[in-house]
Amino acid sequence: MAPHAAAQADTFPKVLIRNAHLYGSRPAMRHKDLGVWQTWTWGEVLALVRAYAVGLHRLGLKRGETIAIVGANRPKLYWSVMAAQMLGAVPVPVYADAVAEELSFVLAHAEVRYAAVEDQEQIDKILSVKERLPKLEHMVYDEKRGLRDYDHARLRSMDDVIEDGRKALTDPSVGVWLDAEIAAGKGSDASIILYTSGTTGTSKGVVLTGERSIKAAADTVAFDKLTENDVALAYLPLAWVGDHYLNYAQGLVAGFCMACPESADTAMQDLREIGPSFYFAPPRTLEQLLTRVMIRMEDASFLKRKMFHYFIGVARRYGERILNGQPVPLIGRLLYAIGNILVYGPLKNVLGFSRVRVAYTAGEAIGPDLFAFYRSIGLNLKQLYGQTEAFLYVTAQPDGEIYSDTVGPACPNVDIRIAENGEVLFKSPGMFAGYFKDEAKTAEAMTPDGYVMTGDAGFFDEKTGHLKIIDRAKDVGRLTDGALFPPKYIENKLKFYPNIREVVAYGDKRDFVCVMINIDLTAVGSWAERNNVVYGSYQELAGNPLVYDMIEKHVAEVNRSLAADKVMGGAQIKRFLILHKELDADDGELTRTQKVRRGFIAERYAPLIKALYDGSGEADISTEVTFEDGRKGTISARVKIRDMKIEPTPAAMGRAA
Amino acid sequence: MRALGSPEVAVGDVLLSAENVSLSFGGVKAVSDVSFDIRKGEIRAIIGPNGAGKTSMLNIINGFYHPQQGRITFKGETRSKMRPHDAAHGGIARTFQNVALFRGMTALDNLMAGRTLKMHKNFFWQLLRFGPAMAEEVEHRHRVEEIIDFLKIQNIRRTPVAQLPYGLQKRLELGRALAMEPDLLLLDEPMAGMNLEEKEDMSRFVLDVNNHFGTTIALIEHDMGVVMDLSNRVVVLDHGIKIADGTPDQVKSNQAVIDAYLGVAH
Repeated sequence: MAPHAAAQADTFPKVLIRNAHLYGSRPAMRHKDLGVWQTWTWGEVLALVRAYAVGLHRLGLKRGETIAIVGANRPKLYWSVMAAQMLGAVPVPVYADAVAEELSFVLAHAEVRYAAVEDQEQIDKILSVKERLPKLEHMVYDEKRGLRDYDHARLRSMDDVIEDGRKALTDPSVGVWLDAEIAAGKGSDASIILYTSGTTGTSKGVVLTGERSIKAAADTVAFDKLTENDVALAYLPLAWVGDHYLNYAQGLVAGFCMACPESADTAMQDLREIGPSFYFAPPRTLEQLLTRVMIRMEDASFLKRKMFHYFIGVARRYGERILNGQPVPLIGRLLYAIGNILVYGPLKNVLGFSRVRVAYTAGEAIGPDLFAFYRSIGLNLKQLYGQTEAFLYVTAQPDGEIYSDTVGPACPNVDIRIAENGEVLFKSPGMFAGYFKDEAKTAEAMTPDGYVMTGDAGFFDEKTGHLKIIDRAKDVGRLTDGALFPPKYIENKLKFYPNIREVVAYGDKRDFVCVMINIDLTAVGSWAERNNVVYGSYQELAGNPLVYDMIEKHVAEVNRSLAADKVMGGAQIKRFLILHKELDADDGELTRTQKVRRGFIAERYAPLIKALYDGSGEADISTEVTFEDGRKGTISARVKIRDMKIEPTPAAMGRAA
Repeated sequence: MRALGSPEVAVGDVLLSAENVSLSFGGVKAVSDVSFDIRKGEIRAIIGPNGAGKTSMLNIINGFYHPQQGRITFKGETRSKMRPHDAAHGGIARTFQNVALFRGMTALDNLMAGRTLKMHKNFFWQLLRFGPAMAEEVEHRHRVEEIIDFLKIQNIRRTPVAQLPYGLQKRLELGRALAMEPDLLLLDEPMAGMNLEEKEDMSRFVLDVNNHFGTTIALIEHDMGVVMDLSNRVVVLDHGIKIADGTPDQVKSNQAVIDAYLGVAH
C-alpha cells in the first residue's frame, strides 16, 4: 500500500503525514547526542515539525519565500526543511563548509529572508557578509554555544521557535489553519532549490518540485526494494543533491530511518554503530577505507595477515560470481563460506557494512580493482549516474548486472538519447523545473523537445546495453581521421594503475593520441626498492628504462581495452613519455582540486608536445618550478619517448574483411 | 560577543588574592614580594620573559609550592600551607606546560578520571558497578559527554592518548581540568607548540569556557597576540618581581614591560 499512497501525496509534508499514520511508532530519525543515540518516531517528527512550522510562521515566514539551511547533517536542520515546506516556503540548503563568498552569493541570489543555521560558526560567516544580504532578517540556530553576547534581535534558537509553535498549537484553530496550509501546497510548487557546486562557472539554483521529486524517489525506492525497515546514515553534505535524494526524499517516500552522525569526524564510527542497510559513498571514500584496512593488515600478526591475503584471493576468484548468482564450483563456494566467517564478515562489520543490502557509488570513475574488492567481499556495490538537474538518478545498475566501467541502463521511466556530438540527453520523472531566476540558462540546458542536456559525453555499450560516461562533452575531441578522442576516459584508465599518478592526454585535431605520464613515487619507489633499482631523485627514477618498460606494459593493456570498444578503438595511445617532474598545483599545472590543466601544460611543455608529434625519440626540456618556500628554480632534462603498437579494433577488422 | 582585546574589566568579587608572596629555592629568588588578585569571571594572564617566575606563581596558587613569605587568600579563606589536593577540593583545576595525561588510557577514561573528586560512592561500590554506583557513573559520564561535545572531540573518545596529536592532547587536558567543574582554572601555556590554527581553536575554547561555564581563568602564555586578545587583565613578572599590572592596553604601553621584553642596557 505504501508506494501507492506515496504517489497520491504530492508534497513532502503530505508524505510526512502519511508516514505518521502508517509507521507512527517506527523510527524516522536518529542522532547521536552526548554519546547516546536519540530516536524520533514518525509521529514525533510530525508533531515537532508542525510546531516548528507554526513557530516559523509566527516569526513571519510566508508561502513562496526562501529560507537558507546552513550546517551539517542534524535532525533540526532536516526539520527546518520540512517545516519550511509545510508552510509552502522554499528551503535553500548551503554547503556547511562554503566560504563566506560563496555563501553570500547563494543567499543573495536566492533572496532569503530567513536562515536556519547550525551554530555560531555559520552565524559569524553570515554576519561577516551581512551588508550584501539586505533582505536577510532572522536567523534561527541549533547550537547556542558562544552566542551569549550576540545581538539577539535577529537571532532565535530553534528550540524556542518550536516551543513557541507548540504553545500556539494548543489553540485548536491554529492546527486547523496549519492543515489548510499543508493542503494548499501543490505538487507543482517549488519544493527545494539546490545550488550546483559551480565547478563549471557560477553556481545555479536548481528548482525541484515536490510532485516530481516524490515520483522519482518512488521509482527508485521500488527499483531497490527499499522499505520502512531500512536504515541510512546521512553523512553526505546536506546541500548536495545526493543527500537530499538518497536520504531525505527516499527516506520519506519509503518511510525508512535516517540517522545523523554525531559529528562529521565520527561518521565512520557511527556507520558501524548504526549498521545501515542502504549506503552511498563516492569512490574516494571507498578508496580511503580500503587503504586504512590494508595499512592495518600490514601491522597485524603473521597468521592474521596470511589468512587475510589468502581469503581475499579466494574472494577475488569467486566472490563476485557468487554475488552475481553465476555458477561457481563447489570448492569455491566452500572456501568462500569459510572466508566469510573468518575474514569478510568481520571486515564488513568493522567497516559498518554488515547489514548493507544496497550500496551505490557515483561522482567519478571508480577503479576496477577497488570496485571488485568491495563486491568480492559481498557488498552489493553498484554504480549510478545522475546530476542535480535530474534530481540525481539518470541511470543505475540493477542487481546482477554490475560492471565497473558502466553506469547502468536508464532508470525506470527515464528516457535517454545520445546527441550527435555524443552528449547524453535525458527526460526523467524527477527532472528540474528550471534554474532559479535564470530562464536563459534554463533554456540553454534543454533541447527544444524537452530533454535535459547533461554536458557529459557517453555511449551505450553494445555488450551490456549500459551507458558508459566518457568525459565532459566539451572536452571530447576528434582526431584528424574523425575518431572520437575522450581525454579523461583515457587518462582515468591509465590512472587506475597504482604506478601511475597523473596523465595528460593529447589528440584533439591531431593525427594520433599521445600521453604524458607522471609516475607515483610511493608505488614505483617501493617497486624500485624490491628490484634493486637505484635512483637518486624523482627525475632519475622517471627516466629509468626499467620504469619505462613497466609503464609501457600498462599503456599496452589500456590500448587493448580501448581496442575492444568500437567507439574508442581509434583513440589508442601511439606514443608516450614519462615527465621528469611531478605536476603540481603550485606551478599551476593542476587545479587546487587536483585536476590537470591540459591547455596550460601543453604550453609549458611545448617542446615535448612537438617531439611527441614529430617522431623524435627524445627531447630536451627545462621548466621553471616554484618550491614550497616560494623560491624559484629550473629543472632541465632529456625526456625519452616510446612508440606503442596499435591494436586492431573489431570495427577495423570488419572493414578489412 | 565580547570584542576581542577590549579592556573591559570584570567587576566580580575577588576570588583569589596573593599578598606579598615570596618564594626562593636556596639562593635563587623565584618570586619576590608579588601581590595581585584574580576576580570572579575574568580571564587573568600572567606573562613575563623566560624564568620570570610565572610557573612558580601558578604552583604557589594551587598549593604545590609553599611561599616563604606572604599569604594566598582563596574564596575568602587564607591558608599559609595549602596542599594540592586541598586546592583541588576547593575548586582549583590546572593544566600543565608539558602534557600530563594518562597516556595509556583512552580520552574518555582520562576525562572520567577528572571526575574522581566528584564521586561519592566508595571504592567497593565502584568495583561492583551496580545500583547506586552505576547510577552515579551514568551521571558522571553525562557530564563528561557534555565536555566532549563542548571541545568537539567525539571522534577520539576511544582513542588511547598516546596516539593523539599534541594539539588534541592539550585540548584533552583542558577537558580533564573542566571535568572537575572548577571555580578557578589555571592554564600553564595552553598554546605552547601549537600552529596558528590550533591556537585559534584553543583561544576560542578558552573564551567559550569563560563565557559558557562562567569559569574564572588564570593563564600563562608566551604568545603576546593571544594574551592581549583573550585576557581582561594582565600581570607582568620579570626576575620574580611584578613590574606591571593592568588591562592589556595599559600593559602594552608600559615602559618597564617593553624594557623587560626587548632588553635594556643595565
